[in-house]
Amino acid sequence: MAADKVDPIHQFHINTIVPIHVGGYDLSFTNSALFMVVVVLLASGFLVFSTAGRALVPTRLQSISEMTYEFVASMLRDAAGNQGMRFFPFVFTIFMFVMVANLLGLFPYFFTVTSHIIVTFALSMLVILTVVFYGLAKHGLGFFKLFVPSGVPLILMPLVIAIEVISFLSRPVSLSVRLFANMLAGHITLKVFAGFVVSLGALGAVGIAGAILPLAMAVAITALELLVAALQAYVFAILTCMYLNDALHPSH
Amino acid sequence: MADENGPAGTGKTGPDSGHDAGIRDEDLERRRRELEASLAPPDRLEGKGATRAGPAVGYGQAFKLSSEFIAAIAVGVGIGWMVDRLAGTSPWGLIVFLLLGFGAGILNVLRSAGLVAVSERAKKLRSGPDK
Repeated sequence: MAADKVDPIHQFHINTIVPIHVGGYDLSFTNSALFMVVVVLLASGFLVFSTAGRALVPTRLQSISEMTYEFVASMLRDAAGNQGMRFFPFVFTIFMFVMVANLLGLFPYFFTVTSHIIVTFALSMLVILTVVFYGLAKHGLGFFKLFVPSGVPLILMPLVIAIEVISFLSRPVSLSVRLFANMLAGHITLKVFAGFVVSLGALGAVGIAGAILPLAMAVAITALELLVAALQAYVFAILTCMYLNDALHPSH
Repeated sequence: MADENGPAGTGKTGPDSGHDAGIRDEDLERRRRELEASLAPPDRLEGKGATRAGPAVGYGQAFKLSSEFIAAIAVGVGIGWMVDRLAGTSPWGLIVFLLLGFGAGILNVLRSAGLVAVSERAKKLRSGPDK
């Protein structure tokens, strides 16, 4: 196999662009950091630029911004009620960051920020810590009612509470693993199929005829990846909303 | 979007508001909320994805359920391992918390598939007004 020629993992390699070492820690500016900056600039730049006109009858770009806003706002309102709207900036930022990072990663030679678990894990820890701290600040010890389902016999209580606590702690893990693994698997699949096209194409006329199939697959997977990129941003955002709802209304 | 607290919210219910003019606003609001609660699927998120059939959505569903399951087991193992390290109870902490993690994984999967019944109290709380 042409494994060394077509290396599907190579695209996730982190390269140092500007080496920075502070007190033994490697704080270098890498390609991952570069693309995070690009994502933030692109997302905020787009929103600022498209809403700059503030037309009563929106232009197409303004319409896109407004639809995104409405989409996230209604998602948050449905999941966490009107009270949840105080978290709107947080949820909207996460949604935009994840979606733009996912979509940007689909460009050839671009680095996919969300394909690294440390990035998605940091995002999901941010969500869960917000839930825990806000829940504790708002409800005090009442927040722990989240782990006590109503109507459970007293004997089973310790077991149920332990399971609920583990279930709660597994949320950031599953949230981050889902986003990271979706992006990673999608990009590897895409790269492998595209690699087949190149490898088969080198075999001559028969190979070129045979390369049509993986080429069609690569095109189809690109479309699927586009869907997955948007869907995963949506899933991440709506799960954030649901967890925030637990912070607002901790009763089970 | 109809505001839950404001009287203006009921004005947005459309053509029916003229028909139901005799009924008081709060009553209408309460009944609307009850209807919403009874019509809503048992889960909040997954009902939307599950009803839409398609290979991509099925793949997503499978991925979601498996990640929920594995995450809970991983967390259970992590806790058990740490308990063992701190308390020196190897291997009992690992065994107990692995099994608990397994239970939590099943709970996660059932909850995310919308198969865990929502208690009456939670239903009331969800459909009730935000205080």
